[in-house]
Amino acid sequence: MSAGQTRTLTVYDTAIGKKAAVAVTGVVLFGFVIAHMLGNLQVFLGPKALNDYAESLHAVPTVLWAARLVLLGSVAVHITFTVQLVAISNAARPVGYRSKKSLASTYASRTMKLTGPLLLAFVLYHLAHFTWPGLAMGAYSHDPADVYGNVVRGFSVPWVCAIYLVAQILLGLHLYHGAWSLFQTLGLSHPKYDRVRDLAPKLVALGVVLGNLSIPLAVLSRVVR
Amino acid sequence: MKIRLRVWRQAGPNSAGSLETHDLEDVSPDMSFLEMLDVLNERLIEEDREEIAFDHDCREGICGSCSLMIDGRAHGPQHKTTACQLHMRHYSDGDEIVVEPWRVKAFPVVKDLVVDRSSFDRIIRAGGYISVRTGSARDANEAPIRKADSDLAFDAATCIGCGACAAACPNASASLFTAAKISHLALVPQGQAERYDRVRKMVAQMDAEGFGHCTNHNECEAACPKGISVTNIARMNRDFLRAMVVSRDPLRAPDDAGE
Repeated sequence: MSAGQTRTLTVYDTAIGKKAAVAVTGVVLFGFVIAHMLGNLQVFLGPKALNDYAESLHAVPTVLWAARLVLLGSVAVHITFTVQLVAISNAARPVGYRSKKSLASTYASRTMKLTGPLLLAFVLYHLAHFTWPGLAMGAYSHDPADVYGNVVRGFSVPWVCAIYLVAQILLGLHLYHGAWSLFQTLGLSHPKYDRVRDLAPKLVALGVVLGNLSIPLAVLSRVVR
Repeated sequence: MKIRLRVWRQAGPNSAGSLETHDLEDVSPDMSFLEMLDVLNERLIEEDREEIAFDHDCREGICGSCSLMIDGRAHGPQHKTTACQLHMRHYSDGDEIVVEPWRVKAFPVVKDLVVDRSSFDRIIRAGGYISVRTGSARDANEAPIRKADSDLAFDAATCIGCGACAAACPNASASLFTAAKISHLALVPQGQAERYDRVRKMVAQMDAEGFGHCTNHNECEAACPKGISVTNIARMNRDFLRAMVVSRDPLRAPDDAGE
């Protein structure tokens, strides 16, 4: 906008508006991560439970595709706005410091720009591994009707499990800072609840990492076979 | 004690700068950091060399003029302390100290360690005031204020506008400053009439100045010599998001930066 012009502000106009959109889409993706984990943990209930659950997800194609569109849209908004915001911040300090100390930021907060793209790469790999198997991952063979068998065959390859292990650590870091940050971005702060807001992201992020990792570890240790 | 200073020297806004090394032989532990620079400058003047330019005024920690990045920390290693109130007793004999100006695009370097912080003034001018009839003062106790709110407003109002928040922020964001200036008016009755227009105007101006955006690292709060809390940033975000819904007035475009 040039000086003198008058018009209303939209979400797109300011960094806070864009950041709020990143936070809201983050909530959507966070919800997916938790639902995805809870669904997959049914692997511990045996082949029938997991395969029936997988089939029920595909029962109503309209619902399935609506959910996929919401998720894809969230990913698109989350990434597009973040890239724009990072560009703003990079331009805001053209000359860096010779010496700069971090006092309050966390490893998780400083690596958001790194864990984000790495997680995108992992999600593409994960889709190629279990959903549209175009890549041969070790001794893996895909059977669309037998999700349980796919999980067991997929995670019986140690180097594949190693990729998942690293990815879960990245996910944990991203979720930890994201969960803390989104409340702040959306202005949800209150002295009465701030202690919960500080603690909950750590517990939820740790829970997701451990929950997700329990699956490949159970297959490797032959608890699930 | 002996101190080796590595100080940023830059002749003007468009010149290239570099770190220059100075060895000081007998620095008193009772000196403030700025007094040490004064002693160095006297020596430089005696040697017929250009003295080091740095901002300072009250030297009491309340004016917000000093703006030194000392060893990678805004205002130096003492928590909640401006550079002028930092004393050399916190250093030991033989220490090497790197001194740089704030590194923020919206704070262009004028000379050496002096930066131009007019961008903060333009954010205030965009909406950091209340529109009232001047003249006879109203009774101070006429408008009841909740004690808790007046305390929070006062905490926000202690901002001295030094720019340490933006300087320390990994994104060079002015969110803490802008949020403090929005909050100290948003929390009191006198600030309510213009509350949601104010937040839109000030946030739009903050963006127009070319500051970065907030990614909630909390470096600003840790660097702030007044200890202003990032809960003010949450309040600014909350008011801004609400303003987008409730405020129907079109917004005048922000002043051009650096006019």
